[in-house]
Amino acid sequence: MTYFTPTSAEHVPPAEVADVELFHPKSWVTKYVFSQDAKVIAIQYSFTAIAIGLVALVLSWLMRLQLGFPDTFAFIDAESYYQFITMHGMIMVIYLLTALFLGGFGNYLIPLMVGARDMVFPYMNMLSYWVYLLAVLVLVASWFVPGGPTGAGWTLYPPQAILSGTPGSDGGIILMLLSLALFIIGFTMGGLNYVVTVLQGRTRGMTLMRLPLTVWGIFVATILALLAFPALFVGAVMMTFDKLLETSFFMPVIVEFGEQMAYDGGSPVLFQHLFWFFGHPEVYIVALPAFGIVSDLLSVHARRNIFGYRMMVWAIVIIGGLSFIVWAHHMYVSGMNPYFGFFFATTTLIIAVPTALKVYNWVLTLWRGNIHFRIPMLFAIAFIVTFVNGGITGLFLGNAVVDVPLSDTMFVVAHFHMVMGVAPILVIFGAIYHWYPLMTGRMLNQAMGQFHFWVTFIGAYAIFLPLHYLGFLGVPRRYYEMGETSFIPQSAQSLNAFVTVVALIVGFAQLVFIFNLLSSAFKGKQAEKNPWGATTLEWQTPEMPPGHGNWGAAQPVVYRWAYDYSVPGVEQDFVPQNVPPEQEPTAGGHEDRPDAAVQPAE
Amino acid sequence: MLGIVVSLALALIVLGTVLFHFLSEWWWTPIASNWGYVDDTIIVTFWITGTVFVVAILFMAYCAWRYRYREGRRAEYEPENTKLEVWLTGLTTVGVAAMLAPGLFVWHQFVTVPEEATEIEVMAQQWQWSFRYPGDDGVLGTSDPRNINADNPFGLNPDDPNGLDDVLIESDDLHLPLDKPVKVLLRSIDVLHDFYVPQFRAKMDMVPGMITFFWLTPTRTETFDILCFELCGTGHYAMRGSVVVEEESAYQAWLQEQPTFADSLADADMGTGDESQQASSEGEADSPQNGVLR
Repeated sequence: MTYFTPTSAEHVPPAEVADVELFHPKSWVTKYVFSQDAKVIAIQYSFTAIAIGLVALVLSWLMRLQLGFPDTFAFIDAESYYQFITMHGMIMVIYLLTALFLGGFGNYLIPLMVGARDMVFPYMNMLSYWVYLLAVLVLVASWFVPGGPTGAGWTLYPPQAILSGTPGSDGGIILMLLSLALFIIGFTMGGLNYVVTVLQGRTRGMTLMRLPLTVWGIFVATILALLAFPALFVGAVMMTFDKLLETSFFMPVIVEFGEQMAYDGGSPVLFQHLFWFFGHPEVYIVALPAFGIVSDLLSVHARRNIFGYRMMVWAIVIIGGLSFIVWAHHMYVSGMNPYFGFFFATTTLIIAVPTALKVYNWVLTLWRGNIHFRIPMLFAIAFIVTFVNGGITGLFLGNAVVDVPLSDTMFVVAHFHMVMGVAPILVIFGAIYHWYPLMTGRMLNQAMGQFHFWVTFIGAYAIFLPLHYLGFLGVPRRYYEMGETSFIPQSAQSLNAFVTVVALIVGFAQLVFIFNLLSSAFKGKQAEKNPWGATTLEWQTPEMPPGHGNWGAAQPVVYRWAYDYSVPGVEQDFVPQNVPPEQEPTAGGHEDRPDAAVQPAE
Repeated sequence: MLGIVVSLALALIVLGTVLFHFLSEWWWTPIASNWGYVDDTIIVTFWITGTVFVVAILFMAYCAWRYRYREGRRAEYEPENTKLEVWLTGLTTVGVAAMLAPGLFVWHQFVTVPEEATEIEVMAQQWQWSFRYPGDDGVLGTSDPRNINADNPFGLNPDDPNGLDDVLIESDDLHLPLDKPVKVLLRSIDVLHDFYVPQFRAKMDMVPGMITFFWLTPTRTETFDILCFELCGTGHYAMRGSVVVEEESAYQAWLQEQPTFADSLADADMGTGDESQQASSEGEADSPQNGVLR
């Protein structure tokens, strides 16, 4: 119970190493452009990710326009439609979600939350961002090469990704693969930083089991990413060789439009294994930081400790581990050995148990809380709704035989948008509303925030819930237009039109959010220090926003876990992690504390 | 105040979701194969997970209302509750097992092809379907995409006697006999495709360099749409076909009228003389004949 019980000052171990000298910028350029300060890098990552994310938003409008109103927009032909869906998916998963959670929130929050002055390798951290930016620029460049960007679907399955029947199969696919490789190189530089900082950079008294769940989520997600991205990297390199050097890693004997090609002996399914060995952990690379962050949002705004902290930590670790042995549930109908289905269905459904426990513990954190319905809390609750909805449909698709009729239908689209699109993005919004005062010293506008929340939450749910039902019906995904079929009623088209209209409205609500972000930075209400009454270290810095080196003269010392909210016998309803038990604003000793009887086990 | 709004909103989301489910006219097509067990597994999964969804969100709605912020109230401090957590773990495990067990049971059926199943072959290329039946000997001849040319679009091995009587359908029209188990062998010669008839509930990707399969027994006479269900390039959405399920007699009558591989070889000989093999491998002589032959 040492994580819950505050340690008295003599129990905190002395520092093992002296304070490290930081890089001190001398000019504007080294301070704000080629910065080595994790907080600046975080904001650079976030701006870039949101900017490219807006491109993905526009692409989603274009594809929805085509689906809702086919034969209406002359500029959307089949080729450009497939380019839209491909780039939308890739940008959202990699260049927005991964980059924003790890590069954005990871950089900002890890050093502050563990009580460090910065990341352990600041120079490499800076390089990480610039390589990421280069990857984004290469991706964008694919719009300007002959043939345009690839339209192979974000899964980039060969052989079609590099054959002429697919748009962008010349320059587009090469730039896509190059951009991914660059992204992975950049990520690896940042990722090593995050892991080493969590392991080695924690301040005195900050044991692993006292870390806020935000740090746990980002930490485990980063480990997953470091292990999973190499599979995509080699897949990208091998496919580039197949395209440029006519090797045959993924290419068997192929007759393309009547012409025999020079390939022989490769396996398209091999690519799918490599892709999903990356691709499934990728789901959790996005989800685990969201799990962690939402845990902290719920706890702070419900004024209650996160329920079952240790189980929450172990659930993150177990989910992370299991995520490496479930990848082929994306491949039940890929033509792989069908007996694999037994194994992967079992592992996939097992992963539902720790995931469900996390949901219970989030809801139980609200239970018997004293809930402030501030905007971060609204987004956290909306996350639970969409995550539960998207999670349970995962139990359909993970169960091999149920996946057979549903795979590649709109059901899949609805499922993964709900669970790894809408749900994590709601957490991102909640997190931005929560930490914006820390980052800028100002509050976001409440009225715009309320509007943004309700339109986004209700709208996103109204978009994706009906799509499940089109999937049951058998409407395929990745269809430029449905055309004539005997089994799809006319009303399905009306439903598609409805979904498109809602998608446009939800999209425009995001512009209100962007406006709020920009205008509040200058005109927002001045934030008071620690406005939400949070216990975690990032709110305990001497300055807000935190200055260079975060902690002024001395790093904080940690005496307790991150969830001392509404502790009995303590007058204030939160006790920051760096408050020693001697200084608790008590209303009468510790005798009535539930954990007072337990002695520290060290 | 906002607590009550959130609580109501959550309750309305549950209500709306349930209403949408029961009022929606978008649901499965009536099944036309033996895979009713697949539908049953979905139903089991649907009710278990649907119940969890409704209970979880309604409980949250209750918490939002009951525990909304009030001046002077204090949240409960309770880091852990091992008993509750163990109970919840146990119940969840039971629920998951209740979905997994039927799932694995039916999956075993799905991957176990009955001995008496007839083999037929579906071949895909950008962006069309073609079909092959084993002919009188009941055995499909071997094939190799290297053999493919204008006279031999299926790439059958001309030296394999099993292939000579194979019935070749170079259109997007597949016929299947009612109530007979069929093992559908799937082959692609260019990119990934996927053969799916929504009413059959069974699909499988078609992978160049491999022969994949699934099996089914059609149970209704009707004409169904075949759709490609794996992105295969620009024409993916237009890659359609149809399958006619009919009584055995009608099926046999149709099958007898279709050309065999031997027929098409004979046609090719008439078209190009004895040098057909050579001419087509040189690749230039076959274009004029091509138009005549088709």
